[in-house]
Amino acid sequence: MSKIENADPSLNRQRFDFATAFREFGIARIIILAFLLALFVLALVKGLDVPGLLTDSLTRIGMNGTLILAMLPAVVCGVGMNFGLPLGILCGLLGGILTINWGLVGWAGLIVSLLISIPIAVVVGLLYHAVLDRVRGEEMMVGTYLAYAAVFGMSIFWMLAPIRNPKLIYAVGGKGLRQTISMTETFGKVLNDFLQFKIGNVTVPTGLLLFWLLLCLLVYFFLRSKTGLAMLATGSNPSYATSSGINVGNMKRIGVVMSTVLGALGIIVFSQSYGFIQLYTAPQSAAFPAIAAILIGGATLRKASISNVIIGAVLFQTLLTIAPPVTQALMEGSEISEIARVMISNGMILYALTRATGGR
Amino acid sequence: MVGNRLETVPSQRKQGKLSGIFAQFGVPIFFTVLCVASIIVSDLDINYLIGELLSRLGRNLFIVLSLLIPVTAGIGLNFGIVVGAMSGQIALIIITFLQLKGLLGFVTAMAVSVPISVLFGYIVGSIFNKAKGREMITGMIMGFFANGVYQLLFLMLIGTLIPVNMNSPVAQQIMLSNGVGLRNTIDLSNIYYSLDNVFAKLFNWNGIIWTDSLGPWRVPLGAFFMSLLLCILITFLMKTKLGQNFRAIGQDMAIAEVSGIKVDKVRITAVIYSTVLAAWGQLIFLQNLGSLNTFNAHEQVGMFSVAALLVGGASVKRANIWNAIAGVLLFHTLFVVSPLAGQKLFGEPQIGEWFRQLISYSVIAVALAMHAIQNRKR
Repeated sequence: MSKIENADPSLNRQRFDFATAFREFGIARIIILAFLLALFVLALVKGLDVPGLLTDSLTRIGMNGTLILAMLPAVVCGVGMNFGLPLGILCGLLGGILTINWGLVGWAGLIVSLLISIPIAVVVGLLYHAVLDRVRGEEMMVGTYLAYAAVFGMSIFWMLAPIRNPKLIYAVGGKGLRQTISMTETFGKVLNDFLQFKIGNVTVPTGLLLFWLLLCLLVYFFLRSKTGLAMLATGSNPSYATSSGINVGNMKRIGVVMSTVLGALGIIVFSQSYGFIQLYTAPQSAAFPAIAAILIGGATLRKASISNVIIGAVLFQTLLTIAPPVTQALMEGSEISEIARVMISNGMILYALTRATGGR
Repeated sequence: MVGNRLETVPSQRKQGKLSGIFAQFGVPIFFTVLCVASIIVSDLDINYLIGELLSRLGRNLFIVLSLLIPVTAGIGLNFGIVVGAMSGQIALIIITFLQLKGLLGFVTAMAVSVPISVLFGYIVGSIFNKAKGREMITGMIMGFFANGVYQLLFLMLIGTLIPVNMNSPVAQQIMLSNGVGLRNTIDLSNIYYSLDNVFAKLFNWNGIIWTDSLGPWRVPLGAFFMSLLLCILITFLMKTKLGQNFRAIGQDMAIAEVSGIKVDKVRITAVIYSTVLAAWGQLIFLQNLGSLNTFNAHEQVGMFSVAALLVGGASVKRANIWNAIAGVLLFHTLFVVSPLAGQKLFGEPQIGEWFRQLISYSVIAVALAMHAIQNRKR
């Protein structure tokens, strides 16, 4: 089992080869990087608030990072992109709502909400895996529509939930959770403000980025552990994995559960940074930007690594942050950046779908 | 382990007749019960429901029928019909600019939409060929992507790259006031009911009066006629050589390839048919509605049509005209009734609406899951 070939070709490389490194980094990423630099130059020329843009970019990278990381275990264990990410997100939202309902604030609120959403997400992840295991080959479609159905099922729940906390429910009628719930009085921006410092005019949300990188590191070490390597083997060659005595089903179960848990943690981090918990139909299409980001980072439907997550998060989120103000400054009242976002993210997913080879 | 699984399959097939019927018609039966229950709960005026259903059947059946050919050809549920719907809308915007009216306008729009949707269908089909086994998710993402292209065309390029004479009255009506991009809603009163009313208008002579109203209900005779024509055409098409090819590759692509069918080409043909029909279907839908929601009208088309077909008892591999008709009737009954039922049961119409969406997404998920499970057993 220790001899998994092609697990990481970069380990076998003897000396640094510029051409190979270039190819591995990928032409798509170079184009996007060049585009980003061009946007920054334009922002400087147009006299926009570049430090402010950088601050926003860093915040958004941290906000979305964990949701993007959630894709990794699912890809690695061979399930493919987790289009059912909203399932995990709903668990996280439930955890957040319960915590606020109990009146916990500050760090206590954040930690409790993270802790209670984990068991919920584990249970949901196990159920989700039980479904995915039976629908091999259609995981992406079934995941998408299962998640859509769950979002609307939970919408009914949010409306009928037996919660009477006036901070959470509609002021009029006294029934049903609000569409957006402010977190400023509870645990909004707790991570963002932790160890926050300034370089010039750029504010670095240290806690937020640390939390994300810590999770990345944990997943990285997990993938180097015995179980992690078994998962990698399951994803790259299931029959080989079976013949070397790995319980393939179990590995997929771990991957799906991890992905769901990371989705739950991800939305709590996202919400505390955003300052609001968004309920009802908000999580419906949350999976697509996360998938697009990891694909932009160089992943495929069958292979992904931590570096794909980090590169993807940085490139995609920076692009999403700085493109609108810059294009707005260039062409007044234009919606080109929103259109470009739709085309880039879905174009990446479409490209990955047509390119993936190997079994179904 | 594999051997075991193979042995269990025939015994399962030999189960009683009743469970066989339920396996095939389970979903429609479930929905009939659900619809009847909702109608009873919501205490709805039956005349209103029937009138509503007739008009919804007229405007939605055609586009649901456009899904049948790809299912037969083994491509599955073609979520790419969103692209077809877009080409229909492009044609509609063109004839609005040309200020064509009534049936002439409608027929021109149908004609104009053909080359556009053939081109798009070809592109969609080629992409499907590169993503065999993943056509449905690819089609769905393609719909999202095409939406971006569509917005680029009608928000950015029109008025800049495509010159528009802003002094003409049409342009002032449908373009944004700064001269770039279309308005959010476009009035289609020029072709409103142009197809639905066609019999009442054309044949109103010699004492024979064709009307489009039957008792208390308005009947979109023209749309029904078109759908009927399409049903006949599809039945006929399936008996031709091309139809045989569709069915052959739907059964088994590898065997079809060996027996000399150019699988990729036939698959593209199937998608082109579907895309053209979807474009026409969207035209029928919009002439009944009378106004075009420029940037959203096509978004839900794929989901609604697929859900309707599945509700009618179709599966990813097997769908016929009756599934489409039953599906549209049941799905849209729920559409009309569920907000009212939600209002009655919970005092909140939104809950009924969510419940309907929960059900329709679940139906798609369950149908796809059943398909995958059957595939694995094989």
